[in-house]
Amino acid sequence: MAVVFERPKSLCDVRLHYCAGCTHGIIHRLVCEVIDEMGLEGETVGVCPVGCSVFAYNYFNCDMIEAPHGRAPAVATGVKRAKPELTVFTYQGDGDLAAIGTAETVHAATRSENIVVIFVNNGTYGMTGGQMAPTTLPGQVTTTTPYGRDPKTAGYPVRVCEMLATLTGTSYAVRTAVDTVPHIRETKKAIRKAFEMQKAGKGFSIVEILSTCPSNWGLTPKESIKRLQEECIPYYPLGVYKDIDQEGGERK
Amino acid sequence: MEKVLMKGNEALAEAAIRAGCKCFFGYPITPQTELSEYLSKQMPKRGGVFLQAESEVAAINMVLGAAATGTRVMTSSSSPGVSLKSEGISYIAGSDVPALIINVQRGGPGLGGIQPSQADYWQATKGLGHGDFHLIILAPNSVQEVVNLVSKAFELGETYRTPVMLLSDGLLGQMMEPVAFPDIQANEADKSGWAADGTKMARPHHIVNSLYIEANDLEEIVRRRYERYAKIEETETMAECYLTDDAEIVVTAFGATSRIVKSAVNKARAEGIKVGMFRPITLWPFPKKELNTACANAKAVLSVEMSMGQMIDDVKLALNCKLPVSFYGRTGGVIPTPNEVLDEIRKLNGGAQ
Repeated sequence: MAVVFERPKSLCDVRLHYCAGCTHGIIHRLVCEVIDEMGLEGETVGVCPVGCSVFAYNYFNCDMIEAPHGRAPAVATGVKRAKPELTVFTYQGDGDLAAIGTAETVHAATRSENIVVIFVNNGTYGMTGGQMAPTTLPGQVTTTTPYGRDPKTAGYPVRVCEMLATLTGTSYAVRTAVDTVPHIRETKKAIRKAFEMQKAGKGFSIVEILSTCPSNWGLTPKESIKRLQEECIPYYPLGVYKDIDQEGGERK
Repeated sequence: MEKVLMKGNEALAEAAIRAGCKCFFGYPITPQTELSEYLSKQMPKRGGVFLQAESEVAAINMVLGAAATGTRVMTSSSSPGVSLKSEGISYIAGSDVPALIINVQRGGPGLGGIQPSQADYWQATKGLGHGDFHLIILAPNSVQEVVNLVSKAFELGETYRTPVMLLSDGLLGQMMEPVAFPDIQANEADKSGWAADGTKMARPHHIVNSLYIEANDLEEIVRRRYERYAKIEETETMAECYLTDDAEIVVTAFGATSRIVKSAVNKARAEGIKVGMFRPITLWPFPKKELNTACANAKAVLSVEMSMGQMIDDVKLALNCKLPVSFYGRTGGVIPTPNEVLDEIRKLNGGAQ
């Protein structure tokens, strides 16, 4: 019988710890499919964050490093500068990347570190049980915004791709989602392009992926997808925010 | 061997390159800045990496990344910057990767001052981050010893898979002394069993990590690390004893302060006072046995430090309260003079003369 669908080789054959309906599994799979298709597993080092994907080092079959909270882009910088021949990616959530690790993110981008950042944005601190994240929407109820996020006291959400696109050093910044099959396919294409840019020495790429957190949103997986489509995507529009290939390779 | 006149910070940087340091990540801070500046000039010419990070926090995490690949790597900073690095140092220790951290100490707390100080003794030996762990702490007292200890520091770190700190201070960093660079053997340990440098599809993946979510697993990992620490304590202590054989008074001092104490000891000896000096070169592990040997004939011990009294705790613990231990120190960047120390020695010898 012909095999039409199987586990990517660079995804470990273990049970993931993620909650039912969480989209981390899809995103892990997409990253691994790209690593497999490009034949990169033996030369890749991944850096995982603190957050729900903290155990990602048990899931990716390439060499892995677990970074302190928010510091993955700095750790990845150290790896890439020490061993430029390696392919290096970080896998980070919104609290990790856009709150405690903002400086590391911005400066890795502005140095145009030749790394790939996979940024999973679900608008909450999942691992600690659903607190307000930098990307939590106005009005959204979390365990630390029990009356809904009030921008007057809790500030506004951060739009990461839009911010990083303003930096000369950013080479590729794209926002996708994993709510539908076409969007999942687009996400894979974006991840592939980011890894290809690193192989070509083109500098810093970030793929922001809008994701769900059924457990902490208090919704079923289906309802979570609906919320992603109706509330998150309008606030965080999908699309390419920066692509130096489209700018003739010139940095502006 | 040919000697050159060099500033402590620059000599340290040169020694690091000769010892095979391949990557440096740092952030500017007085009084260590010459070290970074020297490496920014030299590393690109000599096949190394120099990167000025956006913060101390980022710099130490770049060190973690490079160290995780098995690359010989260092960072340098000064007191307030080392506080910022302590998060990363804890992770480096918890991940069992070797790295060299330099602290060119200045006065504190807070922004403190930029003059020499030894007030980071507690931080270095007891509290360089959260959790159960130690760093090997080396405290040279001359520009030459700085140079000599740099390759030793890298080797110790790689042998025991631990971060190592070379504890300098503004005095050692800024002063110029004639220094020779011995032929340094950059002996590198085999890191192929743990380095995250790509599987080449030839081995299972390596994970560099400090997270163990099961309490029993974490306890086991920490216990194994402490077995390594026990071996370090047993075999790697270093100390200098100066005129301690017949000493009735032993003055303890480390780093630059020991140079001042040595002058005071010489002056006191000229007055017929039986005094000697004990200088720990490893602050962790503290050379307890060596101190007890040095104090075999002592009736009193004096700890002299550029702080309000920090190493004195370890001196008392090592002596197990067998001898009275007094303290003399200046802090905030004030450097004690040999005559001030001499006065303290005279007092212990039965009163001021």
